[in-house]
Amino acid sequence: MKAKIYISYKEGILDPQGKTVSHALDAIGIKKINSVRMGKYIEMEFNGISKDKASEITDESCRKLLANPNTETYSFEIVEE
Amino acid sequence: MHFAVIVFPGSNCDHDAYHVFRHILDVPVDFVWHRETDLKKYDAIIIPGGFSYGDYLRTGAIARFSPVMESVIKEAHAGKPVFGICNGFQILIESGLLPGALIINKDVRFLSQDVTLEVDSTDSIYTRSLKKGRKLTMPIAHKQGNFIADENTFKMLEDEDRIAFRYKKGKNGNPNGSTNRIAGILNKKRNVLGMMPHPERAVESILGSDDGIDIFKSMIGVA
Repeated sequence: MKAKIYISYKEGILDPQGKTVSHALDAIGIKKINSVRMGKYIEMEFNGISKDKASEITDESCRKLLANPNTETYSFEIVEE
Repeated sequence: MHFAVIVFPGSNCDHDAYHVFRHILDVPVDFVWHRETDLKKYDAIIIPGGFSYGDYLRTGAIARFSPVMESVIKEAHAGKPVFGICNGFQILIESGLLPGALIINKDVRFLSQDVTLEVDSTDSIYTRSLKKGRKLTMPIAHKQGNFIADENTFKMLEDEDRIAFRYKKGKNGNPNGSTNRIAGILNKKRNVLGMMPHPERAVESILGSDDGIDIFKSMIGVA
C-alpha cells in the first residue's frame, strides 16, 4: 500500500519558482497558461496495516513534518499496489 | 555569560560564531552537538547558519526535530537569549519560536552579497546598545530568506515593536524580497531573535565590515 502525497503553496503565498517556470514556458512559445504553481510530491510505502491506519499515519506525517502549515496545504490518496 | 553554539549536521557558520565569542569577545563558549539534551549551564544559545540536514524537505524542517531543540525551546520559554542566524532563523521559525515563514528569494537565486540593515527595534538584549535607524553592513548568503507572514502576524510584529532589523530602502536594498523589508524579528518575550544576515561574518574590519560585532557586544553588555 502506498500514500501519494501532494503538497502545494496556500493561495496567496507567492511562488517565485512557479512564476519563473511560467515565464520560461511562455518564452518557448507554450501559450494559454494562466499560472504555474510548484509543489512537492511524496510517496510513502506501508506493509501489513489497514488503509485507515495508513491514512492516519500519512495525515500525522503531513501535519507534523511534511507540510509547513504557515505556507502549505496538503492532500493525499492511499492506493493499493 | 556562557554561550552555546549548537552544531547540526550541515551547520557551517558554527565556527564563525565560536570565533566571535572565544577570540574576539573572550567569553566562554562551547560547541554543542545537536544530540545533547541539556542546555541548563548556558546563558545564551546561538543557532548558527548553514545547511542543516542538507536543507532537505524545507530549510530547518528536520533540524527542528533534533534532540537538542526540545531544550532550546524550553530555555527560550524560560527567557534565555536564543539567537538564530540564517539557517538558525529558519530553524527557529520551523520550531514555532518565531512566526511567519521564509520562502525562496524573489529572484529564485542563492544570494551571497553584502546588505545594509537598519536597526528598527532597540528593545532587546541584541539591539539595546544600538541606535534606532543605525545602518549596519554585513553579508547575506541564502536562497530561502524571503520573509512572509499573514496580515495579522505583520500587524502584531509592527504593533509590538518586534522587528529588530530591516533591509534598507531603495533599489536593491531588499534583495530577497522580504515583505516590509524584514530582516530580523523578535519573539513576544523579546529574548529570541532570528535574522537572515550574518553579523558573525562581519566582526573584524579585515572581513570587510565589523558592524556585526556590536550586536554580540550588546548581548554581553559591553557596548
